[in-house]
Amino acid sequence: MVVKINRDKCMYCGGCVGLCPVNALTLQEVRLVVSNKCTECGICIQFCPVGALQ
Amino acid sequence: MKNISTDVLIVGAGPAGSTAARELAAKGIDVIVLEKKPEIGCFKRCAEGITLRGLTDAGIKPQKEWALGHITGARLYPPSEKNVVEMKGDRMAGYVVERKVFEKWLASRAVKEGARFMVKTPALGFHRSGEKCIVKTRYMDAALAIETKLVLGADGVESKVGRWAGIKALNRISDYHSGFQYEMAGVNVDDSYIHLFFGTKVAPKGYLWIFPKKFSANVGVGVLTKEIRNKRPMDYVHTFIDAHPDMFATASPLEVNAGGVPVAHNTEMVTDNVMLIGDAAQVVHPLHGGGIIRSIKSAQAAAHTALLALEEKNYSRKRLMEYQDWWETAYGVQMAKLMKIRSFLERLDDKDFELLAEVLSGEDIMDVIDAKVTFLMKKLITKPSIARLVKKYLSG
Repeated sequence: MVVKINRDKCMYCGGCVGLCPVNALTLQEVRLVVSNKCTECGICIQFCPVGALQ
Repeated sequence: MKNISTDVLIVGAGPAGSTAARELAAKGIDVIVLEKKPEIGCFKRCAEGITLRGLTDAGIKPQKEWALGHITGARLYPPSEKNVVEMKGDRMAGYVVERKVFEKWLASRAVKEGARFMVKTPALGFHRSGEKCIVKTRYMDAALAIETKLVLGADGVESKVGRWAGIKALNRISDYHSGFQYEMAGVNVDDSYIHLFFGTKVAPKGYLWIFPKKFSANVGVGVLTKEIRNKRPMDYVHTFIDAHPDMFATASPLEVNAGGVPVAHNTEMVTDNVMLIGDAAQVVHPLHGGGIIRSIKSAQAAAHTALLALEEKNYSRKRLMEYQDWWETAYGVQMAKLMKIRSFLERLDDKDFELLAEVLSGEDIMDVIDAKVTFLMKKLITKPSIARLVKKYLSG
């Protein structure tokens, strides 16, 4: 399982990417993607300014 | 796959990337700048405040195209919004800039010196090849491999360059703000001031700001990530707007922004062939979170080291350490003090903010921002009520 991105809410700011301890998040141009390296540690969820990650 | 080569490859065309590109191209160095987004300057993650002092320090003359809001001072509001502290004077004079235009202006100056830019062209990977390294990228569906002697990672808070190259460039939730902002038209505030609001209910371990531009204002909040519970930065902005109809009754958003802000410096800045600059190098001011000037300064210093490294054909970590040593010398002591002050500010409750607003002058707060706090002890003599704050400061 990996973190879920609510694309209706995501602002594509990339702020979560800089916090990911396993480098599983990437801001591809203007689209946030998550790889299967995600360990569901929850740090990006904690950060998201709008609550787009769960 | 097409192969090309260059002396220096810069990843990211923000203020740091474009500044380094200009400095290097002006000295005849072959420079390519990759910008992953389709447009330089979008989407902003920035309150856009900049002081005249900072611009002068960076060697930049304000231009009417991007220096929109003319700011003469700041007003700091404690939770009650009474006893507003006013900061004025040379140290506060500045602008609220239009980042979109500012960044394109900086890039255009680099182009004028001979730097080449590519947009919608993301860096996809990095590996070393002998003395040099290869960065893979693409534009549209054409893959491209760029061989380069040096890579400058100006790729922001979401930097990949450092991680690819083996630099531990991780941010921590205890040293990272989560930000949310509307740029709004029709905000009713004195537009010659920036307005900063403090309090545990307004912005836990952060602050809420209103930065007026020419015909709009940035209304945003930065909250320490570690402190976020159910209420998110977006919710704090909404609560504030709802509670202030005097300011927002006629206001509407023109833009919505979000972003992360590293408020500590926890990263190495160089390794073999690679230097990090700007947000990738975690250079923002830990108290106010401003980063444009520091990013530009880091870019200028890295460009200086890059020039020497190219002359000497030495791209080793050891050679590039000169840049990181410059940072330590220029900002190391100040950063350590600012981190102590940040920790103090994060331990303040709403009563403490009220007391500070009562006893501190704008001048005092400007000193705090410059990491000077000895006045706090002197103040103790005339204002014994602040003893508990001094104790709080010293216990950090």
